[in-house]
Amino acid sequence: MSDSRRPLLELQDITKSFGGVTALRGVDFTVRPGEIHGLVGENGAGKSTLMKIIAGVHTGFSGRFLLDGREVHFRSVRDARAAGIAMVHQELSVAPDLTVAENVFLGNQPTNALGVVQWRRMAREAAEQLKNLGIDADPMSRLGDLPIGLQQLIEIARVLFSGARIIILDEPTSALSPPEVERLFSTLRKLRDQGTGIIFISHFIEDILLISDEVTVFRNGRKIMETRAAETSKAALIEAMIGKGRDALEDSYTHDITLPAPPLDKPVVVEADGLSLARNLKRVSFAVRAGEVLGIYGFMGCGQLELARILFGKLAPDTGELRVAGERNRFKSTADARRAGIAFVPESRRDMLFLQEPVYKNVSISILDRINAVLLKPARERALAKRQVEQLQIRPADVEIDLGLLSGGNQQKVALAKWLSHPPRLLVLCEPTRGMDVGAKSDVIGIVRKLRDQGIAVIVLSTEPETVLSLADRVIVLKRGEVVREFAGEAISKDRLLEAA
Amino acid sequence: MAHGETVPMPEAPPRRAGGIGPLLRSQMRNIAPFLTLIFLTAFFALASPSFATLDNVGNILTQVSVTGIIAVGLTFVILCAEIDLSIAAIANVTGIAVAFFTMQDSYVNIANLPMPGFAAILLALALCALLGAVNAFGLTVIGIPSFIMTLAMMQIAAGISAMLVRGQIAYKVPPIITTLGSSSIAGIPWIVIVAALMLLLGHLVLTYTRFGRYVYMVGGNREAAEYSGLNVKLILGSVMVISAVCSGIGGMLGVAHFGSAQQNEFDTYLLDSIAAVVVGGTSLFGGRGGIGNTIVGLFVLGVLNNGLDHVNIDSFLKILIRGLILLAALVINVYAQRLRAKAAD
Ligand SMILES: Nc1ncnc2c1ncn2[C@@H]1O[C@H](COP(=O)(O)OP(=O)(O)OP(=O)(O)O)[C@@H](O)[C@H]1O
Ligand SMILES: [Mg+2]
Repeated sequence: MSDSRRPLLELQDITKSFGGVTALRGVDFTVRPGEIHGLVGENGAGKSTLMKIIAGVHTGFSGRFLLDGREVHFRSVRDARAAGIAMVHQELSVAPDLTVAENVFLGNQPTNALGVVQWRRMAREAAEQLKNLGIDADPMSRLGDLPIGLQQLIEIARVLFSGARIIILDEPTSALSPPEVERLFSTLRKLRDQGTGIIFISHFIEDILLISDEVTVFRNGRKIMETRAAETSKAALIEAMIGKGRDALEDSYTHDITLPAPPLDKPVVVEADGLSLARNLKRVSFAVRAGEVLGIYGFMGCGQLELARILFGKLAPDTGELRVAGERNRFKSTADARRAGIAFVPESRRDMLFLQEPVYKNVSISILDRINAVLLKPARERALAKRQVEQLQIRPADVEIDLGLLSGGNQQKVALAKWLSHPPRLLVLCEPTRGMDVGAKSDVIGIVRKLRDQGIAVIVLSTEPETVLSLADRVIVLKRGEVVREFAGEAISKDRLLEAA
Repeated sequence: MAHGETVPMPEAPPRRAGGIGPLLRSQMRNIAPFLTLIFLTAFFALASPSFATLDNVGNILTQVSVTGIIAVGLTFVILCAEIDLSIAAIANVTGIAVAFFTMQDSYVNIANLPMPGFAAILLALALCALLGAVNAFGLTVIGIPSFIMTLAMMQIAAGISAMLVRGQIAYKVPPIITTLGSSSIAGIPWIVIVAALMLLLGHLVLTYTRFGRYVYMVGGNREAAEYSGLNVKLILGSVMVISAVCSGIGGMLGVAHFGSAQQNEFDTYLLDSIAAVVVGGTSLFGGRGGIGNTIVGLFVLGVLNNGLDHVNIDSFLKILIRGLILLAALVINVYAQRLRAKAAD
């Protein structure tokens, strides 16, 4: 049993505040060698904050920090690195302009005796390491050109193969599809068996139970439970996280559910007819009716990101057309699409939010022209934002705070909030619940259903089967840019979906 | 959405990460230029008895006016994280154009096209707006980085200037321009009033209009602006045109102020205008700053240029000193960005 071994890392009575917000209150946390330690908790519970303390990002806090039984005081991320601690941050922190290989080796490129970088060796080793994770990417391509999921994998690869003794993964799987998660887990197990201590944060409770040896639950800045993974259950963890009576929240969709019959009496809001785009999309056709949620499922790289961008006028298809309310539409810009009544939430938070601006400006940006043609009306903006912040339970409930100071999951809610003040005709959601805790997820499901019942057409694109299954009334499956299967009015389950993809 | 009930709210959070330290750090980009201004003013006031006089304050205001008018438009451009290197050349060609369309004295040897004053002004304004539109087209439609596009425009505008005056000097501009550029009302030069009004207008647009908000948002995160359904190209195109028109107005009044229109007359205004905006603390990365910063930046440059003339130092050394102060401002500008990012910690 690993418990008998001396802890690698021991945090005692950690308290950390940001101004008046206390993110952590007297938290103890221990990681032993050869242990995967799962960490769960609702959005804003303080998980990332604790990890940033361990990784030397936050240096001002109270409490004791012991490494191998000796107290340490990191002054920077570099100190933590030198002590063998490496972290994959919740927000992607890759260098988009460097090559894949450079990103894998960021900070410790192989050099020869003269200190010159050995490019060939670096490319070869990078390719090898990536293959271990099942990644097939050209080591010399520019990282920023790859899809976000692949970028996330490459960032993970960098940390996993950095030789660190303590590895922190803050929601590493949020952009990954099941086969990649599978490969990541087997790599993690290998590292654990070599004695590495691993901290794994996720809102997928099943993943936590599957991969962890030990599980800790945070709530509102406190540690409220620590247990062996084998001795607890999903229901128990969810109850600890957010309270009683919410354990039915996360259906795991292992059994069949039946999709409703399509609302054929309702008008078609958007129709795609034979959309093709370079190598990404091949003659994709579908229609969405008012009051219907269409799920589009597929693995990473199946073309759904491109499809979503065509719907919002960010990309133009090579051939094929898009009809909005029966009218042929050629969007020249995203502004055209917005005016046509289309709302869009992309899969990457960084791309849709203004981190240096207060929450209310983030919420109001897409409806300023509806408030007043020329002038700003800050009071109206604030009122609208407050209503959304309340409806979506965004914490802290302060519309003046800079968005960048919110926790990851709360930022995600703001991204959704900005389209809700003026309900659109068509709502296109890419990965709408990525990074949200179980409670927030069920809130989003409720909101999407409500919008649907008001007659809004919704398209949900995701690489997570659960997301699609929890939201969609009808599902199409994309594979290498082609529609390979449609589920309508019939039985569907996670397995059937995965099989089709 | 019931799960909020199970989440006890922590004690009422403050508006921002509190404490005076973080506040200072996050406001660094506004505070540093202001302190610089106070320091320079105090220094020159002590070093030279002729500096801190009412007359000299008027001098400084007049000296920064043309730069100020040009810097209004440039502020918009830099807030969008773009740059306009053609401002001085466009100012020059607009000033020359307005003279070109005005009847010159017989000894001026330019094949010009005299017409009524208002027509001359409108044509000159149309010219600068057109050049701005070409900048906008290159930047947004073709996709040429503004740095390169406006570098080319700098040359094009200089070329047009050269063809219009062919090495000669013109002196006459329409009477209203002459008035605005070179006379005073109640002891205050018109050009100072025009500059103040334009700065005020720029500030109002940036602070109170939807367009102004869009400028900040596009500068803050262009990708996010696009995904929010803003017409980013239209906004970028507009700021390039605004910049060119402000330059054109600065150019016309400048010609009246100097009393002549000729090639290369505005060359120093390129660096001065950029310096004013950046020294004032508007972020080169976009999205932070504003006209208030530009005004402080203008005064820093104005006090520096004017003050150095009041103290007894080598005039070649003055050039070096200006360069060093500009470098210091750039360092602060770039660091302010990082400090702000860290202020929350
Ligand atoms: N730099 C900061 N300044 C001010 N407040 C902050 C800062 N970083 C985090 N917070 C606040 O601290 C609290 C905890 O945030 P943290 O990011 O640790 O949550 P989390 O558990 O990782 O949540 P999520 O699941 O949404 O990622 C939140 O209320 C957040 O708004
Ligand atoms: Mg987090």
